[in-house]
Amino acid sequence: MTEQQKNTLPVTETRLERKKESFDPGYFLRKNVVPIFFLVLCIIGGYYSGLSLPFLANEIITRMARNSFLVISLIIPILAGMGLNFGIVLGAMAGQFAYVVTANWEMAGLSGFLMTCILSVPLAIVFGWLTGRLFNRAKGKEMISGIILGFFANGLYQLVCLFFMGSIIPIRVPSMLLSTGVGLRNTLDIKAMHYALDNIWKVRIKIPGFVFPIMIPMATVAVIVVLCLFIRFIVKTKLGQEFRAVGQDRHIAEVAGIKVDRVRIIAIIFSTVLAGLGQVIFLQNLGNINTYGSHVQVGTFAVAAILIGGASVKKATISQALLGTLLFHTLFIVSPLAGKNLVGDAMIGEYFRVFVTYGVIGIALALHAWQSLQQRKTVTVEAVSEPVSGGGK
Amino acid sequence: MNRENSHKPEWSERIREWARDFGVARSIILLFLAILLVAALIMGLPMSQLFSSILSRFGMNAILVLAMIPTIQSGTGPNFGLPLGIACGLVAAVLSIELDMRGFQALFFAVGLGALLGAVTGYLYGLLLNKVKGQEMTVGTYFGFSIVSLMCIFWFMAPFKSPEMIWPYGGNGLRVTISLQDRFDKVLNNFLEFEVFGASIPTGLLLFVAVFCLIVWIFMRSKTGVALSTVGANPRFAESCGLSVNKYRVIGSVFSQALAAVGIVIYAQTFGFIQLYMAPLYMAFFAVASVLIGGASLNRATVWHAMIGCFLFQSILVVSMPVANVLVAENLSEVARIIISNGIILYALTRREAGGDVR
Repeated sequence: MTEQQKNTLPVTETRLERKKESFDPGYFLRKNVVPIFFLVLCIIGGYYSGLSLPFLANEIITRMARNSFLVISLIIPILAGMGLNFGIVLGAMAGQFAYVVTANWEMAGLSGFLMTCILSVPLAIVFGWLTGRLFNRAKGKEMISGIILGFFANGLYQLVCLFFMGSIIPIRVPSMLLSTGVGLRNTLDIKAMHYALDNIWKVRIKIPGFVFPIMIPMATVAVIVVLCLFIRFIVKTKLGQEFRAVGQDRHIAEVAGIKVDRVRIIAIIFSTVLAGLGQVIFLQNLGNINTYGSHVQVGTFAVAAILIGGASVKKATISQALLGTLLFHTLFIVSPLAGKNLVGDAMIGEYFRVFVTYGVIGIALALHAWQSLQQRKTVTVEAVSEPVSGGGK
Repeated sequence: MNRENSHKPEWSERIREWARDFGVARSIILLFLAILLVAALIMGLPMSQLFSSILSRFGMNAILVLAMIPTIQSGTGPNFGLPLGIACGLVAAVLSIELDMRGFQALFFAVGLGALLGAVTGYLYGLLLNKVKGQEMTVGTYFGFSIVSLMCIFWFMAPFKSPEMIWPYGGNGLRVTISLQDRFDKVLNNFLEFEVFGASIPTGLLLFVAVFCLIVWIFMRSKTGVALSTVGANPRFAESCGLSVNKYRVIGSVFSQALAAVGIVIYAQTFGFIQLYMAPLYMAFFAVASVLIGGASLNRATVWHAMIGCFLFQSILVVSMPVANVLVAENLSEVARIIISNGIILYALTRREAGGDVR
């Protein structure tokens, strides 16, 4: 059944391509309905939040620099047909473990930050390999497995951080540990590496009439640009072609001589490593780690962001990831204030934002499942005259 | 799946099959429980207290776990959308306080209204599930999360007046936890309660659970129930028999969400508090884990699976808490809960099921 369903995908895509040639506003609206809807929501929220534009711009730039990397890390598994990789939580954990090590070595500044990046990679590779193997055992159920894996890994993470750090794993810096000497504190101070990357080169744009200039962390932006180019490059290579072949149809790829399981594992490793680096960048901007909380929502937020940008479970581009990050985090900033000004309480805006986060994922997943079901149905109708061969698959 | 019942298998064969079904993960969990019990015995913890606590927590969660059976059997997988039914039950429970009901009247009002609301929303949820065949678990999870956060807004805006439920000094919305004292706190637990060797047996609660077990058991053996299981086991076969697959999937969802609504009322009854806002967020996962621990798979579950699983899971939670407190640190049992519940779900997800998924 699944093969048949996927066979039709190219057909629909070419239909879309054909339509794209002549610009049709109605079609454009329909195709981009999700980002447009959220753009409108952001504008309304921005208007009612009463924030000044430069302040908003500053916040947005900070958050874009902080989060884009994590969101982009989702793209490769989508290409490889594995859906939204909720397992990037493990990558985030790798990044945090790396910070524990460098904080324990009392490293500081750019060298500490680079060391953290380097240390996070092998950990993330191991985590990604395990995740990929798990996903290969749960083909077709990657997303729910990823969600549950995130929770499960969080349990193990807590076990390690609460009970092994300081007892089995020696920690030199006593201020990192709880007063009992076992277990990490709730917040891990990494002030020594605060803004290590951001501060390399900051551009300040003075806006007349406002006290604070708009600050752009050029180094971080450069890193994100490099990542975007890297993703574009990867897609063009043989490996990238294999990702897409596997994403189009696992079975045809298998017949074509691609080692599907291996390619899928590589895709997840890529994603996990990028998420690990993304979390390292994220945390250097924050300056402290919420030991038991920083990683928990990484998957949900990144997924919500990329979906708001107009990506689907099957298709995602870099621009969608960036646009989604922009819209999602704008909503993040304005919704509590807008809620306060509209209804009189900031909590409403906060609840609304949480609802949007979960709701947009739910709706996107439901739409995707519904569409692929529709496609499957049309295939079945078309295939009625043929003998049903794949029935007992 | 398609086990033939025409010939009676040998006992040894049966045991071997049972052991294979049982699997590694469950053995580890049982071993873990055994170690915990031994540790508790050695440390001289009051076993009678532990036992009554297990019984009470078993009854508290049992109906939520039972809610998994109809959806699993109808082929929509474990009901990760449980928060929907839970929200209905909470609305009913809160309404019973707003209408100033007490005791059994309040409880039965909450159970009845909750089941009704749960059935209605379950119908809508079933329609959604039919649109997303093959992705029910993922969609259900995030649908459940969205419902919880949507209900947050509801709890916040809802015009309730009862002073027991709103904040005493200003502030919007309902309290995060609402005490059921003087309402229906433990009315079932205390009904015909008696003591055996120092362990109190919550007779009313266990009877109530037993009644619901019986209802589910009878339902699954009724004509509708058998049809529902057929649809879940083999949708194509069911279709060729003239059964409407979509209809029975909706019935499964209706039944499941109604049970969830009843389940949360009973949960609150035993707990003594109604927990609103983000509290129901992860409840579905613990219910799913319980039924899986009991031996269910993603497409087959019985009342026994639910009961055994709920009992084992709650035993681990109850026993691990004091043991962990004495041995290491207080948070260990919470960590164990996360690892065990999600580990068993992962295990079930990655198992290759014989016959399995025809979709």
